[in-house]
Amino acid sequence: MTENYTALYEEHKKLGASFTDFGGWQMPLKYSSELAEHHAVRKSAGLFDLSHMGEVWVTGPQAAEFLDYALVGKISAMADGKAKYSLICQEDGGIIDDLIVYRRGAEKFLVVPNAGNAKVVAGALLERAAGFDVVVEDASASTSLIAVQGPLAEAILLRLVPAEQHELVTGLKYYAAVEVTFLMAGSGQDLLLARTGYTGEDGFEIFVSNESAAALWQAITAVAEEGELVPAGLASRDSLRLEAGMPLYGNELSREGNPFAAGLGPVVALSKEGDFVGKDALAALKADGAGSTTGRKLVGLKGLGRRAGRGHYPVLKDGAVVGEVTSGQPSPTLGYPVALAYVDVEFAEVGTALDIDLRGKTESFEVVALPFYKRQK
Amino acid sequence: MPKVAPELQYSDEHEWVSRGEGNSVSVGISEVATDALGDIVYVDLPEVGSTVTAGETCGEVESTKSVSDLYSPVTGEVTEINAAVVSDPALINNDPYGAGWLFKVAAESDGPLLSAEEYASKNGGDLS
Repeated sequence: MTENYTALYEEHKKLGASFTDFGGWQMPLKYSSELAEHHAVRKSAGLFDLSHMGEVWVTGPQAAEFLDYALVGKISAMADGKAKYSLICQEDGGIIDDLIVYRRGAEKFLVVPNAGNAKVVAGALLERAAGFDVVVEDASASTSLIAVQGPLAEAILLRLVPAEQHELVTGLKYYAAVEVTFLMAGSGQDLLLARTGYTGEDGFEIFVSNESAAALWQAITAVAEEGELVPAGLASRDSLRLEAGMPLYGNELSREGNPFAAGLGPVVALSKEGDFVGKDALAALKADGAGSTTGRKLVGLKGLGRRAGRGHYPVLKDGAVVGEVTSGQPSPTLGYPVALAYVDVEFAEVGTALDIDLRGKTESFEVVALPFYKRQK
Repeated sequence: MPKVAPELQYSDEHEWVSRGEGNSVSVGISEVATDALGDIVYVDLPEVGSTVTAGETCGEVESTKSVSDLYSPVTGEVTEINAAVVSDPALINNDPYGAGWLFKVAAESDGPLLSAEEYASKNGGDLS
């Protein structure tokens, strides 16, 4: 697999990061302790390099209509400035990727797929664009993405924004984005600031060119006071998103799965006008009761002991295999093991007692409602 | 670079051995191992009175990210376990060669052990 390095690689090295390969990218796994980074995001703030994520621009008179066709959500109904979580599916309803769409005008959208899928998604969008008056441009290679997540994120970022623009930031709603001027390296630069994240906390994601990524990273670090902000790696990002009950492509979502089993039925706009890729198959899956009366369903499991279930461990009911763990680890915030697992729908009810086979030993778990962790507003 | 305590011996599976009175040895895991594991959240140790065998698994160490088997570097009867690391596994990360020791064995024989120098050069450890 090609090794890609983000524009912030040298920053991570300076900070003493341990690296891991993720989706073909060398990414910081952690800087010191992944537990400390996790707690910092819950209590103060964490700084993440998400430059491995893709950025695909879709522009043109038929941009909204095209995305209604290419994705499962009703993108044309989005208000300008809003963000929307959506999926790109195959004809058979299998999930190619989950992604966020930002509306940046009547005829302009930014699609953000996952790192390992960026090229595939850009390719699928290009292919599906045939016959539409749109331009699909994959800007992933030239765009960096920096996230500041945690209760102090807003206060820290405001220090880089001119006073007259503060209301743009403080008034920014969750799942919305706005162009804001950031003061860095001695000058101002207009950047797209989104109030989105993958941690379950309040937080922001900032799109910036590769050339300016290090300057922005350093500027954010410089305005944070002692104890306010730590650089955070993918290990803590994974434990944070798991507590927040958010799916990870490759673990919970795949081409073999479907949105209904993954609990993402509401994301699929079967009633929207016109055809979209996967519509017939998804309508049939829904009619069959996929994820509700047939097949397996993604659930949250809370460990009653101390041992954690891990990806691919079997889920048991009275000794018989009824499911499989997709993600799991001890929850740093909650203090008990949590897991996401696909289980047969008859065992998916909240309160159901199940076991996980931990390398030959069984441990008791219970189906609980998702998310495991919800921040106090 | 992870530290390698110069006064100890090491197994290829990253356990360290410290000689005590008579045939008593203390066993722990090296900083090479704790660095690779990340924050340790659970440790499963052999029971006092049980017999461990060099090169065989005798417990598990679980971190936020993964689970690793614990291999005994020596053969003999377990005489004591470190209850402190069971209740606070972070001790293993914070002080792998001291407060983070795992268990003691009345050793009858050793498995293949490396000197600190050999272990450090093999694993890129820091002896100083």
